[in-house]
Amino acid sequence: MAKRKGRPFDLKSQPGFTQIAWGCVVFLYAPILVLIAFSFNANRSVVRWTEFSFDWYVAAFQNEGIRNAAIVSLKVATSATLVATTFATMAALATTRTAPFRGQGVAFGIINQPLMVPEIVTAVVTLSFFALVKQITGLTGIGYLILAHTVFCIPFAYMPIRARLEDMNLTLEQAAADLYATPFRIFRRVTLPLMAPGILAGAMLAFVVSLDDVIITLMISGPGETTLPIYIFGQIRRGITPEINAVSTVLLGVSVLLVSSFFLIGRKKA
Amino acid sequence: MSVRQEIATPAEADAALRAAIRQREREAFRNRWLLLAPAVGLIGCVGLLPLALTMIYSFLEPGTYGGVTWSFSTGAYEQFLFDRDLFDETILTFNPSYVIIFARSIFLALVATVGTLIVGYPTAYFIATRPRESRNLWLFLITLPFWTNLLIRTYAMLLIIRDEGLVNALLMGVGVVNQPVGILYTDFAVFLGLIYSFLPFMVLPVYASLEKLDFRLVEAAYDLYATRWRVLRRVVIPATRPGIIAGCILVFIPGLGAYITPELLGGGKKLMIGNMIALQFGTARNWPFGSAAALILMAMVVLMLFVVMRRSGRQMSHG
Repeated sequence: MAKRKGRPFDLKSQPGFTQIAWGCVVFLYAPILVLIAFSFNANRSVVRWTEFSFDWYVAAFQNEGIRNAAIVSLKVATSATLVATTFATMAALATTRTAPFRGQGVAFGIINQPLMVPEIVTAVVTLSFFALVKQITGLTGIGYLILAHTVFCIPFAYMPIRARLEDMNLTLEQAAADLYATPFRIFRRVTLPLMAPGILAGAMLAFVVSLDDVIITLMISGPGETTLPIYIFGQIRRGITPEINAVSTVLLGVSVLLVSSFFLIGRKKA
Repeated sequence: MSVRQEIATPAEADAALRAAIRQREREAFRNRWLLLAPAVGLIGCVGLLPLALTMIYSFLEPGTYGGVTWSFSTGAYEQFLFDRDLFDETILTFNPSYVIIFARSIFLALVATVGTLIVGYPTAYFIATRPRESRNLWLFLITLPFWTNLLIRTYAMLLIIRDEGLVNALLMGVGVVNQPVGILYTDFAVFLGLIYSFLPFMVLPVYASLEKLDFRLVEAAYDLYATRWRVLRRVVIPATRPGIIAGCILVFIPGLGAYITPELLGGGKKLMIGNMIALQFGTARNWPFGSAAALILMAMVVLMLFVVMRRSGRQMSHG
């Protein structure tokens, strides 16, 4: 009791919890910070710090394998994001702001299905399916990879769009209708601008999720369809180079930037 | 036009109105499904249909160069428990290696779940008791790693637990050990990696239920001379059970199917279910067995979700 003298009794505090919370943050960030630090290390060693330099970024940029992988990544992520966000927006419009309708639960379950199946299962299941489709139709190409990415991007794009729509009430649309706007005009001039932040947020999440995917891409990507994470994965298994630290840092930076903007957008309430 | 108005009785007008309303409802229903069609159709075709195909594959025979041969066989499921004799196909000998892989995976995922709970619960509690502005910052800090690349985070983990990594350098620098401790490529490394990967999944749902906790209950407990530990155990934890359960599920399920963590930190030698499945579609070239393993994993996940949902549903109807 004497120990607590002078300090008022804090109802909410529990001994040691503050330290554990800080420990968690250190645990989560220390490895990433070490990785980032060593990407700026002049020495080839990934162990001892010598001097600051951008050498590994230059080397990574000049590496053709990395450049090609980056282009594939961007191509797949952009295509998947565009399609997934469009489909998710339509689905969100259909499932919000109305009385529940027959089959709504089923539709909701199907849209969220990619989140509930373990990723490795999705990966091999999609691989088997695409192999069969390829056998029957003879079609090949990067389209399969984009299709697979689109599927798991849809629920990620759907969530923020749906949340945004649920925050919006119908009064503005009703006012527009009272002023004889056609349904299309109402959608174009009222609903769409209001839900735009949600759509943008959804697109960002879809892009990040597609850009970071490893397991599904690893299983189904064909030759010449190596994305950045797959390239990194292959390199790590072969041995550690500072070049990989540089590429990883760039990829981390892109995700952090997009997700931070996502949070900032989310703060502006409808 | 005017003729119709003249002959309309109130009953007829009523019926016409009802028909019009029904018509509009039908249209709205149709429009809704038209809007849903692309998303639901695509996920149905590329997400659900392949699951059914996998079920068929698991009852076929493996092709020589991967793929399947279309003849019925239950060999894939037998392979879990038995080895076929090389010379006499009818002799089956018990082979526990796959059962061991499943048991290992369940054990590791469970230990990782308990681990994330032990560090995640106090963290969530700490965040929930901060002032509102700093709460958002803390949540952002905890959530951010979840949105960054899992592969890169696992690689970062690998960098610091290697023999030449930061952890060993610190341990040797302080003088605790004079030789690097081999952490990498052990079960402990996989355990660390799983906690590292899935910690945010525990903190967020626990935080969500802690945020709703009524601290007047805590005050009441203190007034009744409860100790801090007793308040935590008898008031706070029971009140946040739904969050704890949700967090455990969110950590256990991806932990069970983990692929990257055991591949990189376990060195690919100590297999978990995820690696075992991937192996069958890669070098092992046994698609039916891989399909069966994937379905068993899927069944375990669905069963667990079902049990938890039923239990929590029952609790809600009782409480």
